[in-house]
Amino acid sequence: MQRSAVEDLRRRVERLAAPRRGREALPFGIEEIDRALPGGGLAVGALHEVAGGGDGAVHGAAAALFAAGVAARTRGKVLWCFTRADLFAPSLTQVGLSAARVIYVECGDDKTVLACFEEGLRHQGLGAVVAEVARLSMTASRRLQLAAETSGAIGIAIRRWRRQTEAADFGQPTAAVTRWRVTALPSAPLPVPGVGRARWQLELIRCRAGESADFVVEACDAKGRLHIPADVADRLLAPQARLATA
Amino acid sequence: MVGPEGNRNVVTAADLSARSLGIRIGMPATQAQALVAELVVQEADPDGDSASLDRLAVWALRYSPVAAADPPDGLVLDTTGADHLHGGEEAMLADISGRLAAAGVRARLAISDTWGASYALARVSADERAIVPAGRTAEVLAGVPISALRLDPNTIADLRKLGFDQIRDLEATSRAPLTLRFGPLVCRRLDQAFGRAAEPIEPVRPPDVVEVRRVFAEPIAAPETIHRYLGKLVGQLCAALEERGLGARRMDLLFGRVDDEVQAVRVGTSTATRDVKRLTRLLGDKIETVEPGFGIETMRLAATLAEPLHPKQTISSLTEEPDADVAGLIDVLANRVGEDRVYRYAAVASDVPERAVARVAAAALASDDEWPAGWPRPARLLQPPEAIETLALLPDHPPVSFTWRGIRRRVKRADGPERVFGEWWKADPELVAVRDYFRVEDDAGERFWIFRAGDGENAATGSQRWYLHGIFA
Repeated sequence: MQRSAVEDLRRRVERLAAPRRGREALPFGIEEIDRALPGGGLAVGALHEVAGGGDGAVHGAAAALFAAGVAARTRGKVLWCFTRADLFAPSLTQVGLSAARVIYVECGDDKTVLACFEEGLRHQGLGAVVAEVARLSMTASRRLQLAAETSGAIGIAIRRWRRQTEAADFGQPTAAVTRWRVTALPSAPLPVPGVGRARWQLELIRCRAGESADFVVEACDAKGRLHIPADVADRLLAPQARLATA
Repeated sequence: MVGPEGNRNVVTAADLSARSLGIRIGMPATQAQALVAELVVQEADPDGDSASLDRLAVWALRYSPVAAADPPDGLVLDTTGADHLHGGEEAMLADISGRLAAAGVRARLAISDTWGASYALARVSADERAIVPAGRTAEVLAGVPISALRLDPNTIADLRKLGFDQIRDLEATSRAPLTLRFGPLVCRRLDQAFGRAAEPIEPVRPPDVVEVRRVFAEPIAAPETIHRYLGKLVGQLCAALEERGLGARRMDLLFGRVDDEVQAVRVGTSTATRDVKRLTRLLGDKIETVEPGFGIETMRLAATLAEPLHPKQTISSLTEEPDADVAGLIDVLANRVGEDRVYRYAAVASDVPERAVARVAAAALASDDEWPAGWPRPARLLQPPEAIETLALLPDHPPVSFTWRGIRRRVKRADGPERVFGEWWKADPELVAVRDYFRVEDDAGERFWIFRAGDGENAATGSQRWYLHGIFA
């Protein structure tokens, strides 16, 4: 009874909200994550924010690969805007984003990054547009969100600060549809000495029309897909399975 | 060089070595030949000189859309708003003189507010490349000799006789007697040098450039009006380009103002195009930089760089959708942040990480080369690698711990070494150089790419110091 009332309200709110073109989403292919996102995946034609946790707020390595993994699963070219040119292109190829698809734009300051980001989002025919910025105001993010809605490209803002103390800025509200934080976790233990497959703590901090959640995942594979680690998967899916059979 | 003057032959030009032997310009040819026994004398060819100067002016269009020959021996460029494309005024001058020197031409260059002042400084300045900051022309000019005023030699000689030596002497005297004695040119040259009188440059047009122009009966000034006519001009230009089977790579839009000033806008494209909408957009983005002043009388649009562009059949396939064209976006971005700041990375066959990537033009054709997939590579590469303090067993163990940017990290897991050998064909010291790369993970799960310069045994292979080169996700 109560559930249907909530559903009813949700539908009314959706109808009131500005009609958006194409409500498609790009699924992660992991049921657990897709279930937490309205539409069953990362909304296409929308702005998303990603930041690294801990030291990652400064170097943003995991955040960049997470964004690259998403971009790899889209169609068409990808635009990548930044001010610090320290991205190492071979690593993007290793998560499935081939070098021929990515166009890099090296900007002098954050303002230019945002301008180029918006220009890319307005352009029809790009699969994804990624920008590395420190500050993202409400006004700027709303412009970007509207631009993304017109073209249907996925916009990913990698929030990357100069100092870790500035990362408190990530608490400020923006118009982005989802907000993620990716933190490196110790890799999967191997029976022999060596570094196993990288693991991330993936936090969905904010999600429009959804609830926040966090996951432990194995980093992008050669096609840009995340995986749930086998040991964690057993633990998490077991109660669901019980519910389903009951 | 020897040429006739009146009814005798005089020296019109001499190179450095001839001048060091005492040969002066204006000296009778017979005297010069008497002075130096094995003098190489050639007939002067003023027509050939001016033709090649014109060609040089066309070449100089690469630096600015407003360039012209300044006979007999100069070039004049209006670089306002064009220097930033070459990295600023100093870098631009260095580039010009470097390229000219490579072609065997020794040039003296000067930048200032006016044509007259630049002319004078390029000829008298002690510095081969003189730059006068905006607004300081007057004080610099004061001490310049009057011979640099673009007056004919007889006038200069007469002025000298009257005791005028420097420009400040001329400035200090009253003008009426000067004009009465020497005509209006002396005072006009003074005004032009100080920027009190306008001196428009009539830019050279390269031969067979596709150009369209529009002259207005009434001067226009409003941005909307400029925009409307811009659209019409681009349409005409594209039609003209289509007739010849060309596409524009670089376009100059020149505005002739009522006060004879020329304002210029230049845009470049990544691929040859004659798409009206795209070109209008590119030029339209720059219109706000144009200062219409009292009004614009003429607009002239030229495709200064054009390449053959033939119609192509678009791919029509039932199964495959062609990728959308992004050339338009690349042009918009390149004209905003600079052409070399929009690029793609391409694989280079090298094991040294920083040499494995090369920047290529964003519109370049995709190559099939890819980086080898088996070796994990970090998402961020530090350039240059940062030195770290480590505790490691030699020769082939990863460090037990390392200190980077003041933080000590204990290594929990490690992979390696991946040995990278120096490229002996590039430099001699690399003949034996070795780097051993390790992928390490610390307690918190952060993964890094570190290397030791050297193989840990042989001192010749490197300094044996440790560096952090990249950060894995």
